[in-house]
Amino acid sequence: MKQGNYRTIFNRRIADQYFQMRLEGDCSAFSRGGQFVDIAIDGFFLRRPLAVREWDSCSFDVIYKTVGKGTEALSLITPGTVLNVLTGLGNGFDPYSCKDAALLISGGLGVSPLFSLAKELVRTGKKVSLIAGFNKASEIILENEYRELGVNLHIVTMDGSAGTRGLVTDAIAALKPEFDYFYTCGPKLMMKAVCTSLTVPGEASLEERMGCGCGICYGCTCHTVKGPARVCADGPVFKKEDIIW
Amino acid sequence: MVTSVNLCGIRLENPVVPASGTFGFGLEAASLFDLNILGGISLKGSTSEARFGNECPRIAECPDGMLNSVGLQNPGIDVLVGEKLPALRKVFKGCIIANVSGFSVEEYAQCCSRAAAAPEVDIIEVNISCPNVHGGGLAFGTSPKAAADVTKAVKEVSGGKAVFIKLSPNVTDITEIARACEDAGADGLTLINTILGLRIDMARRKSVLANKYGGFSGRAVLPIALRMVNQVAHCCSIPIMGCGGVSCAADVVEMTMAGATVVQIGAENLRNPMVCKEIVEELPLVMEHLRIDDINEIRACI
Repeated sequence: MKQGNYRTIFNRRIADQYFQMRLEGDCSAFSRGGQFVDIAIDGFFLRRPLAVREWDSCSFDVIYKTVGKGTEALSLITPGTVLNVLTGLGNGFDPYSCKDAALLISGGLGVSPLFSLAKELVRTGKKVSLIAGFNKASEIILENEYRELGVNLHIVTMDGSAGTRGLVTDAIAALKPEFDYFYTCGPKLMMKAVCTSLTVPGEASLEERMGCGCGICYGCTCHTVKGPARVCADGPVFKKEDIIW
Repeated sequence: MVTSVNLCGIRLENPVVPASGTFGFGLEAASLFDLNILGGISLKGSTSEARFGNECPRIAECPDGMLNSVGLQNPGIDVLVGEKLPALRKVFKGCIIANVSGFSVEEYAQCCSRAAAAPEVDIIEVNISCPNVHGGGLAFGTSPKAAADVTKAVKEVSGGKAVFIKLSPNVTDITEIARACEDAGADGLTLINTILGLRIDMARRKSVLANKYGGFSGRAVLPIALRMVNQVAHCCSIPIMGCGGVSCAADVVEMTMAGATVVQIGAENLRNPMVCKEIVEELPLVMEHLRIDDINEIRACI
């Protein structure tokens, strides 16, 4: 984990309530896809934890949805603005657990933190499929980015306005993709359905309201078979078999 | 310039101490900065048995502060003594303050006895003011008699180590409880714990917190903490660890002027995990600006 000041390169709307923000600064604390950052916003007591989509040596970006006053204030940040950020938080997905073929399953914004993982899996020669669920066509994000990466992408929407209509679990049952490991990020009920229905091993990225974001306050503890675990520091990614839903 | 303080015979290089519950068991923060710049560390509260605490959400944001209802999550006193304390002592030379809690006078005494026997522990802080657990904590902190009963019981088993009682602000008259603790033999007092609060998710028509109510802390409580520390400083003669809303070195000076010997930093750690380091570094500059040569000269000056 590192704390530092980061300069806003861009901060723009990419779909309905979805924004993408890229920040420039020290990225040496990032090691895995699925990690997150905690951004201080003027006028708010607590930082806002946001999953990282992608990073390089000197910049990273996050995709977020405006769901409250904090993220609404964040969406008004203009390029050039300097923000204080904790970077490299959380454990991230383990790309080495997959042997040959990975299935990625996302719901909504959960498609974002899976992106760096997908890149790493593709780079190491794994076959990568993504079943990405969205509410409706206007909320679809990162479709082109995943296709350019060479990921076998299948989109499902709740209202059928794009891709197949239905749930990601319906798509898994219909498509019967071949994979030896899965990674999932999205709404809790979706991840629970995925983790409890798939027989192959995998991991899920949990979400909880956080205090510090870096493991010192114990404000985001969840139940696991190994005992209480902090979503921010022991997670947010947990092995399927460890999670108590 | 003198920033060191003497707390019941124990020398702290400076008065800056992260407050219990906002700094884990110390080691969680060891990767952030060299802990040895801190005067001391008050560890996360421990009970006789391991506790999960309350369900999530446990955190709710407020203007200039936050609510928490963690509910004393901890691995139990055995893990504190057997694992956490030895691990912290390997990397930290300063004052280690073990914070203990309980649901009965007997449990308080048992935890205190275990903590007192641990060679790593310099001071024991007894939490009689946690607002987030039912049937414990706060129940002892809102009655002078119950507070005195706990104080007597823990003092008997403290093996000569200094015992601080951590007081609740959720009372009509904090000086009444403070005097009861002093009369019962407390070596010092820590105040204030969090103020009981509520935030409502209006769309869901439910409390934001799963546990409904939670403890409010953060910058907004500083004036309340200063007032209570000052009231207690003028009615008791034992030292005070002042706590509540402290976010910068100037606040440390202000809390000292109110009457504190040591100043604890709580919720601010959650928004800036480096804040204690920043305060320690900034303190001499603030003192110089205010023409203070020795932090001990300004204590309870008002």
